[in-house]
Amino acid sequence: MKYEAVIGLEVHAQLKTLSKVFCGCSTEFGSGENTNICPVCTGQPGVLPVLNKKAVEFLVKTGLALSCKINGHSVFARKQYFYPDLPKNYQISQYELPLAEHGYLEIGTGNEKKKIGITRIHLEEDAGKLLHAIGNRDLDYSLVDLNRTGVPLMEIVSEPDLRSPDEVHQYLSKLKSILEYLEVSDCNMEEGKFRCDANISIRPVGQKEFGTKAELKNMNTLKGVKDALEYEIERQIEVVSGGEKIIQETRLWDANKKSTQSMRRKEEAHDYRYFPEPDLVPLNLDKDFIRDIKESLPELPADYTKRFVEAGLSEYTASVSASEKPLAVFISDAISGTGDAKERQDIANWVINELLARLNASGKTIKESSVSAEMIRELVLLIKNGTISGKIAKTVFEEMFNRGKKASVIVKEKGLVQISDESAIEKYCDEAISENPKAVSEYKSGKEKAIGALVGGVMKKTGGKANPQIVNKILRKKLS
Amino acid sequence: MAKITRKDVEYVARLARLELTDAEKEKFTVQLEKILDYIDQLNKLDTKDTPPTSHVLPLKNVWRKDELSQCSGEIREALLKNAPDREGNFFKVKKVIE
Repeated sequence: MKYEAVIGLEVHAQLKTLSKVFCGCSTEFGSGENTNICPVCTGQPGVLPVLNKKAVEFLVKTGLALSCKINGHSVFARKQYFYPDLPKNYQISQYELPLAEHGYLEIGTGNEKKKIGITRIHLEEDAGKLLHAIGNRDLDYSLVDLNRTGVPLMEIVSEPDLRSPDEVHQYLSKLKSILEYLEVSDCNMEEGKFRCDANISIRPVGQKEFGTKAELKNMNTLKGVKDALEYEIERQIEVVSGGEKIIQETRLWDANKKSTQSMRRKEEAHDYRYFPEPDLVPLNLDKDFIRDIKESLPELPADYTKRFVEAGLSEYTASVSASEKPLAVFISDAISGTGDAKERQDIANWVINELLARLNASGKTIKESSVSAEMIRELVLLIKNGTISGKIAKTVFEEMFNRGKKASVIVKEKGLVQISDESAIEKYCDEAISENPKAVSEYKSGKEKAIGALVGGVMKKTGGKANPQIVNKILRKKLS
Repeated sequence: MAKITRKDVEYVARLARLELTDAEKEKFTVQLEKILDYIDQLNKLDTKDTPPTSHVLPLKNVWRKDELSQCSGEIREALLKNAPDREGNFFKVKKVIE
């Protein structure tokens, strides 16, 4: 029997505020243990939380960018459970009336586009961190650091619309990119600022009802999410094929063992006894508040992609170009005011294939690039007007990257101007022909490809500077 | 009519980490039952057009600017000191593993 997976995601993204959501403590990552704590976030008796307005604005911004309905009237709730990372014994969250609901995110390109529903986005506080070991030494107690307690999170819950690990990967990459464009979250997964849990079940293809789901946790990288889902789909298919039933449970991904393990928990631990938070009054966002945020929304990946396609880039190049804001801005600058669509596509290719690869290899971001958008534009222009060949351009680019100099300066300094003078090239062609009789006879006997060796010979003689089109033309003429 | 059983009381007590004697369980079963019966009177009213109350104060949007106001080292030290146990600047608790 053929099965399909049904997957819904819960993403927790840390909001990029200076201070915590209900107190003035810093949200800075990596501070000394328990340095960013106060009576409010450690849950001392008699304290009162006061809401950080910026956190509300960031969430509304995200909601609007994901086409959600913003609930003008929204309330906070207490979610109660006992765990030492949560000193109040309840987490302030939202239950009924979250700030945003009923949105969607589009994945795929071209004719393969698909809308993934966003059920809700709500605001809540993060919990602290527990330490069970110091280095390799396991502790027989646990240590608690409450710096993260009270840091603002938004939980973005998707509909069970995802059908494969690949769709999940697309959804998460896109979501991450949108949050980065909005500048509401750093989305740094290593620092736990973008975390993802997945609800996953399988069902025979064609069946409408959902199967019993498992909740997967502890996936700390995008690759981890993909690996965990692939493993879990296999596992569930095996269980069902063996005539057994899937148990509804939480399973933890173990990246070392590359498997998911059941996390045994008492059922009643899930009875959170939500009720409206008496320490916080309701939110009542008026139309002006929401409109102001809507008007402040920046251009998003979809806007850039659309603009790039209109400028003549391929769908694929356009969506890669728009995947990160600094890259999109760079390419947008580089292609502005250029001649034709082919030139713009070439520019984007140079940035994506050459510049990004170089930057990655040297551990730099596009913002730190020694090669500017204008410099790439000039390089492509030099190729286009025949000053340098595409092959020489790679050498020039290398110099540009290493020394931060303009292409025209390097070409001049190193005498790399392409040789397009036919009489000069003719001389090299004659030499190549006389030096390689084997290729000549092969070509004459109909083996078209043999001409490559002769072109190569000319290129070698000229240090790669001969114009390859002209070399080709002359060789063919001479051998015909 | 709500019916509270001894089992309900034990369940709620366990969730709230309360240890109750048999006599207390008996007493609270009766009391909770009475409280729910009292509240049950509300069901006789027509609340079709009454919005649910999430807060009793006539206030909305009480919020602050996103500014740092860190508390002093003495206060942080007091927070650690007040805890049942500590190790350096960590709070120390019984081993918990999920």
